[in-house]
Amino acid sequence: MPKIKIPRKSTNVDMTAMCDVAFLLLTFFILATKQKPPEVLAVSPPSSVSSKAAPDKSILVTMTSDGKVFLTLGDDTKKAAIIDDLNATKQLQLSPAELAKLKKSEFIGLPLNQIKSAMASNTVISPDKMAGIPTDSTNNELADWIRSVTNAYKGGNQRDLEKMLLVKGDNNTLYPVFKQIKQAFKKNQIYKFRIVTNSEDVPKDSELAKSAGKAAEEK
Amino acid sequence: MAEMDTSSGGGHKKGPGVKKSKKLSTRVDLTPMVDLGFLLITFFVFTTTMSQATAMNMNEPKEDDVENQKKVKESGAMTILLGKKNQVYYYFGELHPDKISEEFKSTNFKDIRKLISDKKNGTPINDLMYIIKSDSSSTFKNSIDILDEMTISEVPPGHYAEVDITATDRMLIQKTEEANGIK
Repeated sequence: MPKIKIPRKSTNVDMTAMCDVAFLLLTFFILATKQKPPEVLAVSPPSSVSSKAAPDKSILVTMTSDGKVFLTLGDDTKKAAIIDDLNATKQLQLSPAELAKLKKSEFIGLPLNQIKSAMASNTVISPDKMAGIPTDSTNNELADWIRSVTNAYKGGNQRDLEKMLLVKGDNNTLYPVFKQIKQAFKKNQIYKFRIVTNSEDVPKDSELAKSAGKAAEEK
Repeated sequence: MAEMDTSSGGGHKKGPGVKKSKKLSTRVDLTPMVDLGFLLITFFVFTTTMSQATAMNMNEPKEDDVENQKKVKESGAMTILLGKKNQVYYYFGELHPDKISEEFKSTNFKDIRKLISDKKNGTPINDLMYIIKSDSSSTFKNSIDILDEMTISEVPPGHYAEVDITATDRMLIQKTEEANGIK
Protein backbone atom coordinates (compact mmCIF):
# COMPACT_ATOMS: atom_id res chain seq x y z
CA MET A 1 0.00 0.00 0.00
CA PRO A 2 1.28 3.37 -0.84
CA LYS A 3 1.83 5.70 2.03
CA ILE A 4 -0.50 8.66 2.20
CA LYS A 5 1.54 11.74 2.15
CA ILE A 6 0.37 14.43 4.45
CA PRO A 7 1.56 17.67 3.03
CA ARG A 8 3.18 19.85 5.61
CA LYS A 9 1.26 23.06 5.80
CA SER A 10 2.71 26.30 6.94
CA THR A 11 1.34 27.69 10.18
CA ASN A 12 1.67 31.22 8.89
CA VAL A 13 -1.70 32.74 8.24
CA ASP A 14 -2.07 35.59 5.88
CA MET A 15 -2.69 38.55 8.11
CA THR A 16 -3.44 41.03 5.36
CA ALA A 17 -7.18 40.47 5.42
CA MET A 18 -7.38 40.71 9.16
CA CYS A 19 -5.33 43.85 9.12
CA ASP A 20 -7.70 45.34 6.58
CA VAL A 21 -10.69 44.58 8.75
CA ALA A 22 -9.06 45.98 11.86
CA PHE A 23 -8.22 49.26 10.26
CA LEU A 24 -11.55 49.49 8.51
CA LEU A 25 -13.26 49.19 11.88
CA LEU A 26 -10.87 51.67 13.38
CA THR A 27 -11.60 54.22 10.67
CA PHE A 28 -15.30 53.63 11.12
CA PHE A 29 -15.19 54.25 14.84
CA ILE A 30 -13.07 57.34 14.52
CA LEU A 31 -15.36 58.83 11.91
CA ALA A 32 -18.60 57.72 13.51
CA THR A 33 -17.87 59.14 16.94
CA LYS A 34 -19.12 62.61 17.31
CA GLN A 35 -16.46 65.15 17.81
CA LYS A 36 -17.02 66.75 21.14
CA PRO A 37 -17.31 70.48 20.86
CA PRO A 38 -14.29 72.04 22.49
CA GLU A 39 -15.16 72.58 26.07
CA VAL A 40 -13.85 75.88 27.13
CA LEU A 41 -15.69 75.78 30.40
CA ALA A 42 -14.36 73.06 32.60
CA VAL A 43 -17.38 71.61 34.29
CA SER A 44 -17.79 68.17 35.79
CA PRO A 45 -21.49 67.42 35.95
CA PRO A 46 -23.06 65.22 38.63
CA SER A 47 -24.21 61.74 37.71
CA SER A 48 -27.72 60.35 37.48
CA VAL A 49 -29.37 57.07 36.53
CA SER A 50 -31.07 58.70 33.57
CA SER A 51 -30.17 57.04 30.31
CA LYS A 52 -31.53 59.52 27.81
CA ALA A 53 -28.87 61.02 25.61
CA ALA A 54 -28.45 64.75 25.71
CA PRO A 55 -29.65 66.45 22.52
CA ASP A 56 -27.17 67.88 20.11
CA LYS A 57 -28.33 71.31 19.10
CA SER A 58 -29.27 72.75 22.40
CA ILE A 59 -29.58 75.84 24.44
CA LEU A 60 -27.16 75.15 27.18
CA VAL A 61 -26.89 77.05 30.42
CA THR A 62 -23.60 76.23 32.11
CA MET A 63 -22.81 76.93 35.72
CA THR A 64 -19.17 76.83 36.68
CA SER A 65 -17.98 75.84 40.11
CA ASP A 66 -17.43 79.46 41.09
CA GLY A 67 -21.03 80.32 40.29
CA LYS A 68 -20.68 82.01 36.91
CA VAL A 69 -23.36 81.39 34.35
CA PHE A 70 -22.70 80.99 30.65
CA LEU A 71 -25.08 80.49 27.77
CA THR A 72 -24.30 78.39 24.72
CA LEU A 73 -26.63 78.55 21.76
CA GLY A 74 -26.25 75.44 19.67
CA ASP A 75 -28.35 76.13 16.60
CA ASP A 76 -26.66 78.73 14.41
CA THR A 77 -29.75 80.05 12.65
CA LYS A 78 -31.67 80.37 15.89
CA LYS A 79 -28.63 81.88 17.52
CA ALA A 80 -28.70 84.80 15.10
CA ALA A 81 -32.41 85.30 15.71
CA ILE A 82 -31.94 85.20 19.48
CA ILE A 83 -29.12 87.72 19.46
CA ASP A 84 -30.99 90.06 17.12
CA ASP A 85 -34.03 89.83 19.34
CA LEU A 86 -32.04 90.63 22.45
CA ASN A 87 -30.31 93.50 20.72
CA ALA A 88 -33.69 94.97 19.90
CA THR A 89 -35.44 94.35 23.21
CA LYS A 90 -32.61 95.40 25.48
CA GLN A 91 -31.41 98.28 23.27
CA LEU A 92 -27.83 97.13 23.21
CA GLN A 93 -27.20 99.29 20.11
CA LEU A 94 -24.66 96.94 18.64
CA SER A 95 -23.28 97.79 15.24
CA PRO A 96 -23.63 95.16 12.48
CA ALA A 97 -19.98 94.25 12.86
CA GLU A 98 -20.33 93.81 16.59
CA LEU A 99 -23.47 91.75 16.10
CA ALA A 100 -21.65 89.49 13.67
CA LYS A 101 -18.83 89.04 16.14
CA LEU A 102 -21.22 88.20 18.93
CA LYS A 103 -22.96 85.65 16.73
CA LYS A 104 -19.65 84.03 16.02
CA SER A 105 -18.66 83.69 19.64
CA GLU A 106 -19.12 80.23 21.00
CA PHE A 107 -20.87 81.15 24.20
CA ILE A 108 -22.08 84.20 26.01
CA GLY A 109 -20.70 84.99 29.40
CA LEU A 110 -20.81 88.74 29.77
CA PRO A 111 -23.27 91.07 31.42
CA LEU A 112 -25.33 93.01 28.92
CA ASN A 113 -23.62 96.31 29.68
CA GLN A 114 -20.20 94.84 28.88
CA ILE A 115 -21.11 93.20 25.59
CA LYS A 116 -20.76 96.27 23.40
CA SER A 117 -17.33 97.28 24.67
CA ALA A 118 -16.10 93.67 24.54
CA MET A 119 -17.27 93.23 20.95
CA ALA A 120 -15.79 96.59 19.91
CA SER A 121 -12.34 95.81 21.22
CA ASN A 122 -10.02 93.42 19.47
CA THR A 123 -8.73 91.64 22.53
CA VAL A 124 -10.26 88.30 23.27
CA ILE A 125 -11.41 87.78 26.80
CA SER A 126 -10.59 84.34 28.10
CA PRO A 127 -13.54 82.45 29.62
CA ASP A 128 -12.15 82.52 33.13
CA LYS A 129 -11.94 86.31 33.00
CA MET A 130 -15.55 86.67 31.93
CA ALA A 131 -17.96 87.75 34.60
CA GLY A 132 -20.74 85.42 33.53
CA ILE A 133 -24.34 86.36 32.93
CA PRO A 134 -25.74 88.00 36.07
CA THR A 135 -28.50 85.97 37.68
CA ASP A 136 -29.18 87.92 40.87
CA SER A 137 -32.79 88.21 41.84
CA THR A 138 -32.67 91.96 41.23
CA ASN A 139 -30.84 91.77 37.91
CA ASN A 140 -31.55 88.42 36.32
CA GLU A 141 -30.16 88.95 32.84
CA LEU A 142 -30.41 85.28 32.10
CA ALA A 143 -34.18 85.76 32.15
CA ASP A 144 -33.77 88.35 29.37
CA TRP A 145 -31.74 85.90 27.35
CA ILE A 146 -34.29 83.17 27.87
CA ARG A 147 -37.05 85.55 26.81
CA SER A 148 -35.23 86.12 23.54
CA VAL A 149 -34.84 82.37 23.20
CA THR A 150 -38.57 81.83 23.62
CA ASN A 151 -39.23 84.64 21.14
CA ALA A 152 -36.99 82.98 18.58
CA TYR A 153 -38.79 79.67 19.04
CA LYS A 154 -42.22 81.26 19.01
CA GLY A 155 -44.70 79.50 16.77
CA GLY A 156 -42.79 76.28 17.03
CA ASN A 157 -43.62 73.46 19.35
CA GLN A 158 -43.10 74.37 22.98
CA ARG A 159 -42.07 70.78 23.61
CA ASP A 160 -39.19 71.07 21.18
CA LEU A 161 -37.86 73.98 23.11
CA GLU A 162 -38.23 72.15 26.39
CA LYS A 163 -36.27 69.27 25.00
CA MET A 164 -33.47 71.54 23.96
CA LEU A 165 -33.12 73.52 27.14
CA LEU A 166 -30.23 72.07 29.05
CA VAL A 167 -28.70 73.05 32.31
CA LYS A 168 -25.23 71.86 33.05
CA GLY A 169 -23.56 72.52 36.34
CA ASP A 170 -20.47 71.62 38.20
CA ASN A 171 -20.64 69.32 41.19
CA ASN A 172 -19.47 72.11 43.43
CA THR A 173 -21.77 74.84 42.21
CA LEU A 174 -23.75 76.16 45.12
CA TYR A 175 -27.48 75.64 45.09
CA PRO A 176 -28.56 79.34 44.93
CA VAL A 177 -27.06 79.66 41.43
CA PHE A 178 -29.20 76.78 40.24
CA LYS A 179 -32.21 78.32 41.92
CA GLN A 180 -31.67 81.60 40.09
CA ILE A 181 -31.50 79.75 36.79
CA LYS A 182 -34.78 78.05 37.58
CA GLN A 183 -36.19 81.48 38.39
CA ALA A 184 -35.04 82.77 35.00
CA PHE A 185 -36.87 79.88 33.32
CA LYS A 186 -39.98 80.35 35.40
CA LYS A 187 -40.15 84.03 34.53
CA ASN A 188 -40.54 82.91 30.95
CA GLN A 189 -43.15 80.27 31.72
CA ILE A 190 -40.73 77.45 31.20
CA TYR A 191 -41.29 74.76 33.76
CA LYS A 192 -39.63 71.85 32.07
CA PHE A 193 -36.03 71.52 31.12
CA ARG A 194 -33.24 69.01 31.26
CA ILE A 195 -30.11 68.64 33.24
CA VAL A 196 -26.91 67.32 31.77
CA THR A 197 -25.50 64.52 33.86
CA ASN A 198 -23.05 61.72 33.55
CA SER A 199 -24.70 58.37 33.25
CA GLU A 200 -24.49 56.11 36.24
CA ASP A 201 -25.55 52.53 36.80
CA VAL A 202 -28.75 51.89 38.66
CA PRO A 203 -27.74 50.71 42.14
CA LYS A 204 -28.46 47.06 42.79
CA ASP A 205 -31.28 46.20 45.21
CA SER A 206 -32.94 49.52 44.55
CA GLU A 207 -36.58 49.58 43.55
CA LEU A 208 -35.78 50.93 40.13
CA ALA A 209 -33.38 48.07 39.47
CA LYS A 210 -35.96 45.52 40.63
CA SER A 211 -38.77 46.84 38.48
CA ALA A 212 -36.42 47.12 35.53
CA GLY A 213 -35.52 43.47 36.07
CA LYS A 214 -39.18 42.49 36.22
CA ALA A 215 -39.94 44.34 33.02
CA ALA A 216 -37.09 42.52 31.34
CA GLU A 217 -38.36 39.15 32.56
CA GLU A 218 -41.86 39.75 31.28
CA LYS A 219 -40.48 40.42 27.86
CA MET B 1 32.73 30.03 -20.05
CA ALA B 2 30.51 32.64 -18.45
CA GLU B 3 27.30 31.28 -17.24
CA MET B 4 24.38 32.91 -15.61
CA ASP B 5 22.95 31.42 -12.57
CA THR B 6 19.33 31.17 -13.32
CA SER B 7 18.46 28.82 -10.58
CA SER B 8 15.99 30.07 -8.07
CA GLY B 9 16.57 29.92 -4.39
CA GLY B 10 15.76 26.72 -2.69
CA GLY B 11 17.25 24.63 -5.41
CA HIS B 12 19.49 21.80 -4.66
CA LYS B 13 22.33 22.93 -6.76
CA LYS B 14 24.39 24.21 -3.93
CA GLY B 15 27.93 23.64 -4.53
CA PRO B 16 31.23 25.27 -4.07
CA GLY B 17 31.70 28.29 -6.21
CA VAL B 18 28.05 28.59 -7.15
CA LYS B 19 26.68 31.89 -6.02
CA LYS B 20 23.20 31.73 -4.74
CA SER B 21 21.18 34.91 -4.98
CA LYS B 22 18.56 35.02 -2.26
CA LYS B 23 15.13 36.03 -3.39
CA LEU B 24 13.65 38.11 -0.58
CA SER B 25 10.04 37.56 0.15
CA THR B 26 7.81 40.61 -0.25
CA ARG B 27 5.62 39.36 2.49
CA VAL B 28 5.60 41.33 5.69
CA ASP B 29 4.42 39.88 8.94
CA LEU B 30 1.23 41.81 9.58
CA THR B 31 0.49 40.35 13.00
CA PRO B 32 1.78 43.32 15.02
CA MET B 33 -0.13 45.68 12.81
CA VAL B 34 -3.34 43.75 13.41
CA ASP B 35 -2.63 43.84 17.12
CA LEU B 36 -2.18 47.58 16.98
CA GLY B 37 -5.37 48.01 14.98
CA PHE B 38 -7.51 46.09 17.41
CA LEU B 39 -5.90 47.79 20.36
CA LEU B 40 -6.87 51.17 18.95
CA ILE B 41 -10.39 49.95 18.22
CA THR B 42 -10.81 48.77 21.78
CA PHE B 43 -9.51 52.07 23.04
CA PHE B 44 -11.93 54.08 20.93
CA VAL B 45 -14.90 51.92 21.78
CA PHE B 46 -14.27 52.24 25.49
CA THR B 47 -13.54 55.94 25.59
CA THR B 48 -16.56 56.92 23.52
CA THR B 49 -19.16 55.03 25.53
CA MET B 50 -17.77 56.23 28.82
CA SER B 51 -18.11 59.94 28.20
CA GLN B 52 -21.71 59.84 27.03
CA ALA B 53 -23.57 62.71 28.59
CA THR B 54 -27.14 62.07 29.52
CA ALA B 55 -29.99 64.39 30.23
CA MET B 56 -32.30 64.23 33.17
CA ASN B 57 -35.78 65.68 33.00
CA MET B 58 -36.74 68.41 35.38
CA ASN B 59 -40.28 69.49 36.06
CA GLU B 60 -40.87 72.60 38.02
CA PRO B 61 -44.22 73.37 39.61
CA LYS B 62 -46.10 76.34 38.32
CA GLU B 63 -46.11 78.76 41.18
CA ASP B 64 -49.28 80.62 40.36
CA ASP B 65 -51.21 77.43 39.85
CA VAL B 66 -53.34 77.50 42.97
CA GLU B 67 -55.69 74.75 41.89
CA ASN B 68 -52.93 72.23 41.73
CA GLN B 69 -51.59 73.04 45.12
CA LYS B 70 -52.38 70.16 47.32
CA LYS B 71 -52.48 70.25 51.04
CA VAL B 72 -49.89 67.79 52.21
CA LYS B 73 -51.04 65.33 54.80
CA GLU B 74 -48.83 65.42 57.82
CA SER B 75 -48.73 61.65 58.14
CA GLY B 76 -47.43 61.22 54.61
CA ALA B 77 -44.88 63.98 54.48
CA MET B 78 -41.16 63.63 54.77
CA THR B 79 -39.02 66.70 54.64
CA ILE B 80 -35.48 66.29 53.37
CA LEU B 81 -33.04 69.10 53.92
CA LEU B 82 -29.73 69.41 52.18
CA GLY B 83 -26.91 71.06 54.05
CA LYS B 84 -23.28 71.68 53.44
CA LYS B 85 -20.63 68.96 53.18
CA ASN B 86 -23.13 66.53 51.64
CA GLN B 87 -25.11 66.32 54.85
CA VAL B 88 -28.76 65.39 54.72
CA TYR B 89 -31.30 66.16 57.41
CA TYR B 90 -34.84 64.90 57.55
CA TYR B 91 -37.99 64.83 59.57
CA PHE B 92 -41.40 63.29 59.16
CA GLY B 93 -44.53 65.37 59.14
CA GLU B 94 -44.26 68.54 61.10
CA LEU B 95 -41.82 69.40 63.80
CA HIS B 96 -43.15 69.77 67.30
CA PRO B 97 -41.31 72.49 69.19
CA ASP B 98 -40.85 70.36 72.31
CA LYS B 99 -39.51 67.32 70.48
CA ILE B 100 -37.29 68.88 67.84
CA SER B 101 -34.13 67.14 68.95
CA GLU B 102 -35.80 63.74 68.47
CA GLU B 103 -37.57 64.51 65.24
CA PHE B 104 -34.92 66.44 63.39
CA LYS B 105 -32.41 63.84 62.34
CA SER B 106 -29.27 63.95 60.29
CA THR B 107 -28.11 61.35 57.81
CA ASN B 108 -26.13 61.13 54.59
CA PHE B 109 -26.72 60.27 50.95
CA LYS B 110 -25.90 56.63 51.51
CA ASP B 111 -28.56 56.03 54.12
CA ILE B 112 -31.25 58.30 52.72
CA ARG B 113 -32.19 55.72 50.09
CA LYS B 114 -33.45 53.26 52.66
CA LEU B 115 -35.30 56.00 54.52
CA ILE B 116 -37.00 57.12 51.32
CA SER B 117 -38.11 53.66 50.32
CA ASP B 118 -39.19 52.77 53.86
CA LYS B 119 -41.35 55.85 53.94
CA LYS B 120 -42.74 55.03 50.53
CA ASN B 121 -43.66 51.49 51.50
CA GLY B 122 -45.19 52.52 54.80
CA THR B 123 -47.44 55.24 53.48
CA PRO B 124 -50.57 55.13 51.31
CA ILE B 125 -49.47 56.41 47.93
CA ASN B 126 -51.99 59.25 47.87
CA ASP B 127 -50.66 60.71 51.08
CA LEU B 128 -47.02 60.36 50.17
CA MET B 129 -45.07 63.57 49.76
CA TYR B 130 -41.40 64.32 49.94
CA ILE B 131 -40.48 67.93 50.49
CA ILE B 132 -36.97 68.78 49.46
CA LYS B 133 -35.39 71.91 50.81
CA SER B 134 -31.89 72.92 49.85
CA ASP B 135 -29.85 75.19 52.03
CA SER B 136 -27.83 77.83 50.25
CA SER B 137 -24.64 76.06 51.28
CA SER B 138 -25.60 72.80 49.58
CA THR B 139 -24.27 72.12 46.10
CA PHE B 140 -25.85 71.51 42.74
CA LYS B 141 -24.69 67.92 42.96
CA ASN B 142 -26.68 67.47 46.16
CA SER B 143 -29.93 68.63 44.62
CA ILE B 144 -29.41 66.45 41.56
CA ASP B 145 -28.50 63.49 43.72
CA ILE B 146 -31.62 63.76 45.80
CA LEU B 147 -33.81 63.99 42.70
CA ASP B 148 -31.97 60.97 41.42
CA GLU B 149 -32.73 59.16 44.67
CA MET B 150 -36.41 59.80 43.97
CA THR B 151 -36.03 58.14 40.59
CA ILE B 152 -34.08 55.27 42.09
CA SER B 153 -36.73 54.64 44.73
CA GLU B 154 -39.44 55.04 42.10
CA VAL B 155 -41.28 57.81 43.80
CA PRO B 156 -43.95 58.78 41.29
CA PRO B 157 -43.65 62.30 39.89
CA GLY B 158 -45.83 64.76 41.74
CA HIS B 159 -45.03 63.15 45.05
CA TYR B 160 -41.88 65.12 45.61
CA ALA B 161 -41.24 68.80 45.32
CA GLU B 162 -38.48 71.27 45.85
CA VAL B 163 -39.53 73.99 48.23
CA ASP B 164 -37.72 77.08 49.44
CA ILE B 165 -36.05 76.63 52.77
CA THR B 166 -37.55 78.42 55.75
CA ALA B 167 -35.71 80.36 58.40
CA THR B 168 -36.59 77.74 61.03
CA ASP B 169 -35.15 74.95 58.92
CA ARG B 170 -32.01 76.92 58.29
CA MET B 171 -31.59 77.57 61.97
CA LEU B 172 -32.07 73.90 62.80
CA ILE B 173 -29.50 72.89 60.22
CA GLN B 174 -27.06 75.37 61.65
CA LYS B 175 -27.61 74.06 65.17
CA THR B 176 -27.15 70.46 64.12
CA GLU B 177 -24.05 71.35 62.15
CA GLU B 178 -22.58 72.99 65.18
CA ALA B 179 -23.46 70.03 67.35
CA ASN B 180 -21.94 67.60 64.84
CA GLY B 181 -18.89 69.76 64.26
CA ILE B 182 -19.41 70.33 60.54
CA LYS B 183 -17.84 73.51 59.34
